[in-house]
Amino acid sequence: MKYLQLIWTAMFRSKTRTIFTLLSVLAAFLLFGLLDSVRSAFANAATSVAGVDRLMTVSKISFTLSLPKSLLPRIEALPGVAKVTYANWFGGIYQDPKNFFPNEAVADNFFDLYPEWRLSQAERTAFGNTRTGAVVGESLAKKFHWKLGDKIPLQATIYPQKNGGNNWTFDLVGIYRAADPKRKSEENLLFFNWDYFDEARAFGNGNVGWYVLKVTDRKLAQQVAQALDALSTNSDHETKTQTEQAFNAAFVGQYGDIGLIVGAIMGAVFFTLILLTGNTMAQAVRERIPELAVLKTIGFSNHSVLGLVLAESVLLILLGGAIGLVLAGVVVDAVRAAVGTAVPMTRVGAAIWLRGVGLMILIGLIVGALPARRGMRLRIVDALAGR
Amino acid sequence: MGQPRMRSLGSLIGSLITAAGAIAVLVLAPWWLLLAAVLLLALWTMVTRIGRQAWSVTEVGLATIPQRLGASSVVVVGIAGVVAVLVALLAMAAGFEATLKQSGTNDTAIVMRAGAHTEINSVLDHDSAGLVAQAPQVLRNEQGQPIASPELVVVASLPKKSNGLDANVEVRGVGERAWSLRPEVRIIAGRKFGPGLRELIVGKGAREQFSGVDLGSTLRLNGQTWTVVGAFDSGDAHNSELWADTDVVAATYRRGSSTASVTVRLTGADAFDAYQAGLASDRRLTVETKTTRAYYTDQSAALARLIRILGITVAAIMAIGAVFGALNTMYAAVATRSREIATLRAIGFRAVPVIVSVLLETMLLALLGGALGAALSWVIFNHYTVSTLGSNFTEVVFAFQVSPPVLWTGLKWALAIGLIGGLFPALRAARLPVTAGLREL
Repeated sequence: MKYLQLIWTAMFRSKTRTIFTLLSVLAAFLLFGLLDSVRSAFANAATSVAGVDRLMTVSKISFTLSLPKSLLPRIEALPGVAKVTYANWFGGIYQDPKNFFPNEAVADNFFDLYPEWRLSQAERTAFGNTRTGAVVGESLAKKFHWKLGDKIPLQATIYPQKNGGNNWTFDLVGIYRAADPKRKSEENLLFFNWDYFDEARAFGNGNVGWYVLKVTDRKLAQQVAQALDALSTNSDHETKTQTEQAFNAAFVGQYGDIGLIVGAIMGAVFFTLILLTGNTMAQAVRERIPELAVLKTIGFSNHSVLGLVLAESVLLILLGGAIGLVLAGVVVDAVRAAVGTAVPMTRVGAAIWLRGVGLMILIGLIVGALPARRGMRLRIVDALAGR
Repeated sequence: MGQPRMRSLGSLIGSLITAAGAIAVLVLAPWWLLLAAVLLLALWTMVTRIGRQAWSVTEVGLATIPQRLGASSVVVVGIAGVVAVLVALLAMAAGFEATLKQSGTNDTAIVMRAGAHTEINSVLDHDSAGLVAQAPQVLRNEQGQPIASPELVVVASLPKKSNGLDANVEVRGVGERAWSLRPEVRIIAGRKFGPGLRELIVGKGAREQFSGVDLGSTLRLNGQTWTVVGAFDSGDAHNSELWADTDVVAATYRRGSSTASVTVRLTGADAFDAYQAGLASDRRLTVETKTTRAYYTDQSAALARLIRILGITVAAIMAIGAVFGALNTMYAAVATRSREIATLRAIGFRAVPVIVSVLLETMLLALLGGALGAALSWVIFNHYTVSTLGSNFTEVVFAFQVSPPVLWTGLKWALAIGLIGGLFPALRAARLPVTAGLREL
């Protein structure tokens, strides 16, 4: 520690060069932070359902296939199940396909399972009592300047009405707010009554898109999921029960092998980075050979010179990398606030920092190794003579 | 004191603007403009006095590169990395787009329920499907039957060969005249499925990506057993699908007599407008009509855009790193040559040849790096086959296409990085005080 001042001064001996190198290290670790955040979102989601109290049941084959509503009483009867609700994707378009927002037909107890979305008791009653009632998130209502009592027309993409028409009109009876202000992005959905939907749609009647259930005890989640999927084994509507994150990740994961893509990109980035900073360190040591010789003359051992150079290169990468990861954290938070769970990203937390810092130290040691060896081996007489 | 600082700030802003302008030209310029610029530059170095000076200084610079091999390779490898990643991701987007675009033509049309946009959302009843095929613009075969295929798209789950995980595969029920509708489809193994039988044929891409679809193997669809009897190659997105008889698929999935869409061959590409107008004015129908080219092109737009944005974001962050690497290298190069540059200035060389020579050297290194990265990407990824989720929420198999436009974009990026990385050191070289440079050891 007592040499920190010495290392620091040596590092900023050539300011421009060090700052440029820091900026390249920063760019590399910014990219690492962003990509690792996406990668870990997928990796974490694949883990088990244990310890989560809300599960989602969809068709095992594809979430585009629906499930019979007749499963409902059988799910409710399972031990460990506290509450069950169900919903259907509607996929309606408001005025123009560019105005896309998710809209779903939901059962009347839907908001009981989503306490993180606040809807007043009066509005909840109104939603239950109004056949054509709809509830939207506050952000969505603001975007389209909707207020309570407005009529909202949606163009069906999947479900025409029994009379063949594609126009569905809903009465806005409630506006929900996300309890956590950081999750404003979840206020972009529209919900309407499943009973009305099922009665008016031309086909698919009696089927639901998916079930959402709450378990009485988190510890039972795994067991409930297995028991539930066993209900429909070998039928023509086998189910798959998982957490919402796992569902999202499986969906996006089908677009491609995220781990492979991230791994390949990071490989290219770090290979380049090692070469680049390695060159900088070699340059820095070459310029300082007489100084290192002086250090040795005044009594620094070979090993402390080796240590000094290695410490300098590790410090250089750590400094640039840390700023890069902080920046990545800011960007990830901004993206999460803007688009929510649509892009799976975990916060740049302890796990990512741990991997990042490990990589920084490793890369620092690799790029410092050759120059440090050169510094260690130099002969005082030759170095001072400039040979 | 204030005066020189102001001036250096002014020149910094000036050079930043120049750099930004040059990059904009580089990115936007078509190839012939750049070729013309290169030719002009060559002419300039040969004809004018300053140009000849510039070339001779550049030659000296290039000749000393072997002495700074390590440092120069930083520029080359750094830029090669950026270009390789950029080209790979752009080739992925291009391949996906091309696969879907090829799946459609302008003289075939797809008819779905109005508002459905994709086949998986669409349901057409039996009467509508019949009416749609009877329109006068639909081409008829020798027997006088309309060349139309009522089709039904359902989803099956098959394990991927790459990771063993279940993925969704599209099973397309096709009508008996699907073969004359899509003459490009060839049976490459086994035979066609028999009408009315629970038999499937598997597309070339699906056969490569999924296990359990070899000839003679059986798979379960909605609780019933189906046999794979053949394999086909269509050269487009249909290669990701399994095909069977529409009526049997409908029976298996209890769809009654309804289908999802009808695809018809028109008498010509010019008949589409009349066909679309005819269906739209028929009071018995509520359908939307698109040429299959338009239908498949729309499907590829969103994902291809997403991949491009991803590629450009990643490459841009990497490019920032590469720019600083190049700056470091070239500043060091200028510093080691400061005495030589000062000598040149002292014997009458102007600033321009010095600037041009450093810039040219960096750009040549960058070009080498760009070519290396593009070649690397081409060797690894050209025709590399992957699959992703299409708009029916089923897997679409496609191959990367490292095409000339993609390679060209990569090279342009390389040149842009070289330009920024070389410009500032070049200006530094031109401003070196001659006396101080000569005195330097």
